[in-house]
Amino acid sequence: MLRVSLREISAALKEGRVSPTELCQRCLSFIKATKFLNAYITVAEETALKQAEESEERYRRGQILGDLDGIPVAVKDNFSTAGIETTCASNMLKGYIPPYNATVVKKLLDQGAVLLGKTNLDEFAMGSGSTDGIFGPVRNPWSYSRQYREKSVHNSHTENEDSNWLVTGGSSGGSAAAVSSFTCFAALGSDTGGSTRNPAAHCGVVGLKPTYGLISRHGLIPLVNSMDVPGILTRCVDDAAIVLGVLAGHDPKDSTTVQDPFKPFELTNFIDASKLCIGIPKEYHAPGLSSETLALWSKAADLFENAGAKVIEVSLPHTRYSIICYHVLCTAEVASNMARFDGLEYGHRSSMDKSTEVMYAATRREGFNDVVRGRILSGNYFLLKQNYETYFIKAQKVRRLIANDFVNVFRSGIDVLLTPTTLSDTIPYVEFIKEDNRTRSAQDDIFTQAANMAGLPAITVPTALSEKGLPIGLQFIGRAFQEQQLLTVAKWFEKQVKFPMIQLQGLMDHSHTVCQHQKSAFFS
Amino acid sequence: MAASILRRSLLAPRCRAGDVAALHSGPSRRRAQAPGPIASGRRMGKSPAGERSVAPWVAVVGLEIHAQISSNSKLFSGSQVQFAAPPNSLVSFFDASLPGTLPALNRRCVEAAVMTGLALNCSINKKSLFDRKHYFYADLPAGYQITQQRLPVAVNGSLSYSLCVGGKKNQMVTRTVRIKQIQLEQDSGKSLHDDTRSQTLIDLNRAGVGLMEVVMEPDMSSGEEAAAAVRELQLILQTLGSSQAIMAEGQLRVDANVSVHHPGEALGVRTEVKNINSARFLARAIDYEIQRQIKELENGGTVINETRAFDYKLGCTIPMRDKEGKQDYRFMPEPNLPPLILCDNKSLPANTNHQHVVNIDWIRERLPDLPSVRRVKLVEQYGILPEHSFTLLNEDGLMEFFENVVRQTQMNPKKVIGWILNVMLGYLKQHNLTVQESPVSSLFLADLLNLLERGTISSSAAKQVLEELWKAEGKTPLQIVEEKKLELIQDQQELEQICQAVVEGHQEEVMEIKKGNPKVLNKLIGLVQRTTRGRADPVLVKQILEKRLSQ
Repeated sequence: MLRVSLREISAALKEGRVSPTELCQRCLSFIKATKFLNAYITVAEETALKQAEESEERYRRGQILGDLDGIPVAVKDNFSTAGIETTCASNMLKGYIPPYNATVVKKLLDQGAVLLGKTNLDEFAMGSGSTDGIFGPVRNPWSYSRQYREKSVHNSHTENEDSNWLVTGGSSGGSAAAVSSFTCFAALGSDTGGSTRNPAAHCGVVGLKPTYGLISRHGLIPLVNSMDVPGILTRCVDDAAIVLGVLAGHDPKDSTTVQDPFKPFELTNFIDASKLCIGIPKEYHAPGLSSETLALWSKAADLFENAGAKVIEVSLPHTRYSIICYHVLCTAEVASNMARFDGLEYGHRSSMDKSTEVMYAATRREGFNDVVRGRILSGNYFLLKQNYETYFIKAQKVRRLIANDFVNVFRSGIDVLLTPTTLSDTIPYVEFIKEDNRTRSAQDDIFTQAANMAGLPAITVPTALSEKGLPIGLQFIGRAFQEQQLLTVAKWFEKQVKFPMIQLQGLMDHSHTVCQHQKSAFFS
Repeated sequence: MAASILRRSLLAPRCRAGDVAALHSGPSRRRAQAPGPIASGRRMGKSPAGERSVAPWVAVVGLEIHAQISSNSKLFSGSQVQFAAPPNSLVSFFDASLPGTLPALNRRCVEAAVMTGLALNCSINKKSLFDRKHYFYADLPAGYQITQQRLPVAVNGSLSYSLCVGGKKNQMVTRTVRIKQIQLEQDSGKSLHDDTRSQTLIDLNRAGVGLMEVVMEPDMSSGEEAAAAVRELQLILQTLGSSQAIMAEGQLRVDANVSVHHPGEALGVRTEVKNINSARFLARAIDYEIQRQIKELENGGTVINETRAFDYKLGCTIPMRDKEGKQDYRFMPEPNLPPLILCDNKSLPANTNHQHVVNIDWIRERLPDLPSVRRVKLVEQYGILPEHSFTLLNEDGLMEFFENVVRQTQMNPKKVIGWILNVMLGYLKQHNLTVQESPVSSLFLADLLNLLERGTISSSAAKQVLEELWKAEGKTPLQIVEEKKLELIQDQQELEQICQAVVEGHQEEVMEIKKGNPKVLNKLIGLVQRTTRGRADPVLVKQILEKRLSQ
């Protein structure tokens, strides 16, 4: 039952085939059973059960709030949740309980959704592996899938099977793992340079980064204000459209959200592919792109072409400057955004209190990890009066050129761009940590951050399994505020590729804590 | 008396003799011309620095003024704005910089800034931007202040102000200072340092309140000018209602940039004088700083570019401990606020919700009369002197009081103004009362002046009535007149008898007058008045006495 889509479980709830409480309890037990994945930082068992009970009451009275009523969801731990600890996986905010809900969280709850808990991430969402938070790395559920296990047995007989577990990608790895391992039906991530799409691709789920300005950032603890967008992780494109319909719209608390009213949409099952024009940006043939992913990408292009769509190679000439500009703009805003963490109003405060300055310094040294401190340092360097023009202004100018590249391509008649989401499938943790956070981020955000620089909507759709039996996703980038078109294309594509469902027997074998009868219940 | 009140309230206190008394600034001049020379106090006796010191010094003064916007809520949050509320009782999540909170611009604050910009003859930028200015301070919770560094809401304006010049300070001149820009920004919280317990307490009630920073070009050359300019700005803000501009409550805070140089030479190194939170000390602080720099330079020293605080107890400026030298504020565009777009009638988009736009023309059409216009109108309408019009505007509510009295009395406004400025304002000042607190209403004063005008009472009787009225016992002027029998003596015979008695009792004075000293007549008139307790018509008394003496 837990493996169905949000849409299906919503129907089951409405038909009374399952009750919200039952569903919530099942998810909570499954979260416990998969605790070793480290997907959740906080499980809000008590409030979730209470919300489920309230939902049940609404179903009983026939007064449900919407499609999400009674549906268990998870939220990345950088969204403020009233009364529930919100840590950003950082010592700085350990123990911090926000007094208010992020707008997106409020919207979910207003629709009757059941909030199971807060998911793991890289500290302050700075990373691409979900490996650099104080609560430890998130494990990719595919590490324990039958598909991966069967293939890897031949390669590594000698190795300890547990040391071979894979990273989820990041920084929203906890949310991706939660959706992928069936502990919830939808999860919120955040996407600044690819933080929703990257782990979604590595975990074989759908990851949507909507247009900047479509969804409120109020309550999202910022990484880069001018690029952050709340992301949606679901098991299929239809589910993403449902959640988008709930979250989108103007918020007076976020001045960067657009005023135009948003009309929720349902996706059609049939499209006339002959009217479609798909662009293939040639600059995305980047060094390091795995042959497998490349092959899959071109196969996908063929798929559209065979269906009658126009598939055209296009150029986004400034792509190669994108990642370095992203780095400058990102660190500059990080330096600014992190200034508020001084130990005075909330969060960690050092016991060193000789002077206010000493307290600031010690608090920030103790509260932030090396990655955060490194970005603050370089960001402040770029913002210094003597460097501002050379770095920040220049990066902003190039950002404009990158955004214009997209404008030009879409103006030429392209509807949607098709690109890889990541260079390759995911890798074991032991491999991943051989490179530092900065190197990894630069590699892993390569195909994703340009959409953030330009503010465009983008979605990754799980496409096929690699030779190792691991998911590979492809990315569609759409025109600004044309989510309906983007998702329609994504849904059509999803239907064609028939991505296999994760076989989690291996995961259950791994989980020693789960009782036999529970186990049978999950997979009945 | 009127003139002295005028000076006291319009201008900051007069300079100390020998220090800056010589710090006058010649006749009215335009800013393009060289400022008037300043003689340093020390130069009078000796000239230690040789020939150079013979050249006069000129001072250059520019001002940065922070005016707190009068609004119900803060610049970017819904928290209330209120003076002297319990600490940390007016703090939203945004004001405390809770992670994830975002600024939402308060429309009222934008309108106040536009209004102020228009009143100061600025061009209003239809597009302006917000920036972050970073520095760590305990009362700045976000670690940065949101301000308008690159593109402020208003630029290139001017402010005309008047001040008294000349040896007797009896000549009014009008000067103009250019306004460089007006920018919107957030106020900080307040730090309360408890040295004994080595603690700092933070009150965030003020954090995030909207400020207009008005930057004045260095077109002034003395504390007196600066004080007059600030006073005029204060009046304009109060007229517009864009700021209450009460200095004592910190709603108007002035920083002054001061330098001195010899005419024809490059401008000197400037210092910034901060913490001038009272109108009284503004001129004194600047003039002190000018003299300090002159002395420093004449003694062969140098002026260093530093921030100094005015110590009002010691009456001098002292260097402020700079926070680890020069700060780099690492300015950055505020990413959470889109550009502030204003429109006018021409650019007003069709079918727009008026809640979503601020229309410059709409605001311009509704600007109230500014103080300068009101003064001209007062002079034209009532025939009063220009300096009287200044006093009427300088005292909050006095103009309205005056106009109410004029409306309710037959007395000529030119005579009314004397009663208002000399008698009433004198009394209020003496008792430290505001016009609103006056125990005598405009109606009662008008009644009283009517009694005087109709010849029911004499002016000295009127003053006696006023003495009673101050007690505010609710009696009308007429009641008091009747009770105290203060009506003029209408009986000519009675008056003649009294005069006769006075003449007979003061033969010495009579002789004096007859010898050709007519001034002594006034003494006799006074004696008659004393006898009648002011109830005699002085004109009549004079006639009677003159008749008697010529017999």
